[in-house]
Amino acid sequence: MEQDTRAFQRIYTKLFQLTKATISLRATGVGNEELAIVDGRPAQVVKIIDDIVTLQVFQGTEGIATDAEVVFAGTAPVLKVGDDLTGRFFDAFGRPMEGSREIMGKETEIGAPSVNPVRRKQPSEFIPTGIAGIDLNNSLVTGQKIPFFADPDQPFNQVMAMVALRAKADKIILAGMGLTNDDYLFFKNVFDNAGALDRIVGFINTTENPPVERLLVPDMALSAAEYFAVEKNEKVLVLLTDMTLYSDALSIVSNRMDQIPSKDSMPGSLYSDLAKLYEKAVQFPDGGSITIVAVTTLSGGDITHAIPDNTGYITEGQLFLRKDTDIGKVIVDPFRSLSRLKQLVIGKKTREDHPQVMNAAVRLYADAANAKTKLENGFDLTDYDERTLEFAKAYSEKLLAIDVNIEMEEMLETAYLLFAKYFSPEEVGMKQEYVVKYWKKN
Amino acid sequence: MNTKGKITGIIANLVIVETEGRVAQNEICYIKHGQERLMSEVIKILGKKAYIQVFESTRGLKVGTEVEFAGHMLEVALGPGILSKNFDGLQNDLNKMEGIFLKRGEYTNPLDLENEYEFKPLAKKGDTAQAGDWLGEVTENWIPHKIMVPFKFNGQYKVKSIEKKGKFKIEDTIAVFTDADGKDHKVSMIQKWPVKLPVKAYKNKPRPFKIFETGIRVIDTLNPMAEGGTGFIPGPFGSGKTVLQHNLSKNAEADLVVIAACGERANEVVEIFTEFPELDDPRSGRKLMERTTIIANTSNMPVAAREASVYTAMTIAEYYRAMGLRVILLADSTSRWAQALREMSNRMEELPGPDGYPMDLPAIISNFYSRAGFVYLNNGKTGSITFIGTVSPAGGNLKEPVTESTKKAARCFYALSQQRADSKRYPAIDSIESYSKYLEYPEIVEYLNENIDSKWTDNVHFAKDTLLRGKETFEQINILGDDGVPIDYHIIHWKAELIDFVILQQDAFDKTDASSSFERQSHMLKKVVDTCKMDFEFDEFEEVSAYFKKVINLYKQMNYSEFKSDDFVKFEKAVEKTLKERRVDKTEDKETFDEEKKPETKKSEEQKEEQK
Ligand SMILES: Nc1ncnc2c1ncn2[C@@H]1O[C@H](COP(=O)(O)OP(=O)(O)OP(=O)(O)O)[C@@H](O)[C@H]1O
Ligand SMILES: [Mg+2]
Repeated sequence: MEQDTRAFQRIYTKLFQLTKATISLRATGVGNEELAIVDGRPAQVVKIIDDIVTLQVFQGTEGIATDAEVVFAGTAPVLKVGDDLTGRFFDAFGRPMEGSREIMGKETEIGAPSVNPVRRKQPSEFIPTGIAGIDLNNSLVTGQKIPFFADPDQPFNQVMAMVALRAKADKIILAGMGLTNDDYLFFKNVFDNAGALDRIVGFINTTENPPVERLLVPDMALSAAEYFAVEKNEKVLVLLTDMTLYSDALSIVSNRMDQIPSKDSMPGSLYSDLAKLYEKAVQFPDGGSITIVAVTTLSGGDITHAIPDNTGYITEGQLFLRKDTDIGKVIVDPFRSLSRLKQLVIGKKTREDHPQVMNAAVRLYADAANAKTKLENGFDLTDYDERTLEFAKAYSEKLLAIDVNIEMEEMLETAYLLFAKYFSPEEVGMKQEYVVKYWKKN
Repeated sequence: MNTKGKITGIIANLVIVETEGRVAQNEICYIKHGQERLMSEVIKILGKKAYIQVFESTRGLKVGTEVEFAGHMLEVALGPGILSKNFDGLQNDLNKMEGIFLKRGEYTNPLDLENEYEFKPLAKKGDTAQAGDWLGEVTENWIPHKIMVPFKFNGQYKVKSIEKKGKFKIEDTIAVFTDADGKDHKVSMIQKWPVKLPVKAYKNKPRPFKIFETGIRVIDTLNPMAEGGTGFIPGPFGSGKTVLQHNLSKNAEADLVVIAACGERANEVVEIFTEFPELDDPRSGRKLMERTTIIANTSNMPVAAREASVYTAMTIAEYYRAMGLRVILLADSTSRWAQALREMSNRMEELPGPDGYPMDLPAIISNFYSRAGFVYLNNGKTGSITFIGTVSPAGGNLKEPVTESTKKAARCFYALSQQRADSKRYPAIDSIESYSKYLEYPEIVEYLNENIDSKWTDNVHFAKDTLLRGKETFEQINILGDDGVPIDYHIIHWKAELIDFVILQQDAFDKTDASSSFERQSHMLKKVVDTCKMDFEFDEFEEVSAYFKKVINLYKQMNYSEFKSDDFVKFEKAVEKTLKERRVDKTEDKETFDEEKKPETKKSEEQKEEQK
């Protein structure tokens, strides 16, 4: 295969149009989405009209001259996949970082077709993380895709690393987009310290690299994930951070190509572009799976912005991080977080009363929020209001905070203890049979 | 001789083809890319250039590649064997495809050509017939599947010959027709129909007049759907559109379910694949999957085929409606289809309408909705398509083109509220914002009062009024404070909460509560309305919430119990007992009490007039 493409390599040197991100030249026999090297920089075909080919140059076109050398590769971007990927970090083009040796493996085009929906299996395996804000209220399931929604000052990368290490995945694939060098080193360190490096593969675009290169990172990571999940039947966890920076790169490109921008200057195809990535999350019948945990940074908690909004419409819920000033800790916000696949495991893979406990606690927490509003508006609180406020604080501290690390059973027991401490069974409003069976009499 | 052409341009999945010869708008063509043939559709013609949208990835396509035009529009194959199938947007049978991944250019036969069906003729030699008339019948799963005169037939035909009872494959000729010019036409059990054109093989389409039971209280009781009606469900992400649609497909009073998963999550389709073959159909006692067809074009499948998927689904629904069946058609989400139109329109550099959507979006949407409906067939029998689509408004803001266009086309509006979803009040339909135009149709009102309860619509309006008053008083309480308002305000607020918790909220994941029959709804509505009409006395406002929570809790236990079961009766008695504790009987005669308190709606005034 490789020999063939080399033999047909075509070289051109007459560029007649250059913009900030694209170059155009006359060439024939070029395929759509084909990869090329323009003056040593990777580029991809984005448009062909008659014999005029337009390429997007990932690093930008600064300094490229009209006589620059353009070499077509004959294929779309590829990644060499194989066990050799394990334990190593790569750049956006799938090249080993820090000058380490080339990978051995089978060349695969990235961004390959999707899984036939009838060949998927319904996800059903619970992923415990020890964090009650996730396990109790927003349980994760293998094959799920879910982002953290967090303001840039939240410790989302730390939480994500923690989730990844506790998730018992066979492989963890980190796709870093616009990662600061510090965060890149952080990930490397925690994985190293946990002795997990042999389960890690990283594709990294840092803030030092050109932003448009990021566009290749998730496809690289997901191609690697597909290799391990399909060929090796492994449970793969893919971490995408930060998808907001990825989307920003999409808007840079569409803007430079004079496309009509849609809401928040994002391209009109944002939904499809993001869905193509997130939908790679899958449970295969043979046991392999791809679970995607992503990060979408928000601006001032605004989830109506086009990026989180489109993401929410694609993913199977979201985990919303927020600082709870009452306890001074970061919590997984029970109102704005949701795991849509939790239905498949709660009360089935976990204890029967799990759904009711979860709902009851969140309802009481909502009552506390109302009481708080009353308090802020200067009204007197009822006895019930007072109790909900105390409950909320304890609930936040003992269950919602991200530093909680306990088993599922203990989460449920803790919830009953809190219920019994502050409320009567009627006020909690659960199914009678569970009250009889599990309610803590104290 | 079919027209041929050559590719001259590629911009994402828009391809420009230079052609020699005749090309039609919306004609299907195939790009011959190596061994693959990529299906495409003509969307614009400019001189010798045809602009085509490719239903597949265009990766690797080159200028100069040959394109062959098919001479017809996008068609579906209609015949026995559609039920229980999982199709993609172009009606390929997904189960017939090989391998885990979808292969570009792989198209599979939607029907099973080798299957034999026991054919029973319904027409005889010498009969005159027209498009849509029933020629014969086979059994598909358990549904009597009518073999019809092809919808494409124009005018009157004579049956020249028809097969006797016996086993046939679907491609076998089962009848020969002679047209007005004396020309003969062979007919098999399969016919084809272009999806973008409505099937009109029926006599007339009256205004919907029957109620369509969905089992979902907040719909049936407060804003009912009509058989052959249309509705839509807009809501921000995570507010419960899909869960509601799945619930509709499981419980609604339909003979057949057609689901178009249009640009949404693959796992949601997998959920149907997994659950429906196991779930019992509450109406036939068979498995749900036997009366369900899925058209899946999930968000990662080619964007251009999204548009096709909703039309494919509609055409299949129309085919079964022509057999005299009640079909429910669900599309999730119509916004994704509109977005696909937008992407293509932008690529063609058309003048954009609001938010970049094509200018004719409202017309496209209303044309589509107008294909639903209740019809009288030529033989006097009836059939219906009840259509409910979801809309995914950007940022949850309903002032956007897809929501606004759909509002003009659909008769029922089921707005999902973020606030209700956040506080887990499911289904999160905002019953005050939402409406059903059918509740204003006199024929529907009459139907309800005759078939469910003579006081039904009065009770419904009473419940609606109570909810509205509850909302207003709650706002007052929030402004003035708990003790800044009379205790009555708290009582009104909690009466509204009672309706909210017992009637509006429904646990889609509880076996019993998931679906509620009209009989049960009528029973509960009457009870709850009676409770709301009672007078209660409290000394302190704190007592109000504590008391009502107790009442609500007992009512909810009723919802969780099998209708009229021992548990149900037990909790019902407990409700009665609890009500007695606080209730003050201002009048001895309960009937007159009810009469006085009846809301002064137009309807009840009219009734009073009549009574006099
Ligand atoms: N009736 C219900 N009962 C209990 N939970 C519900 C109900 N409806 C929705 N939910 C919860 O809300 C989640 C999201 O619902 P759903 O998937 O239907 O949202 P959606 O409106 O379709 O969102 P999207 O637009 O992103 O597809 C579900 O996974 C479930 O947890
Ligand atoms: Mg949905």
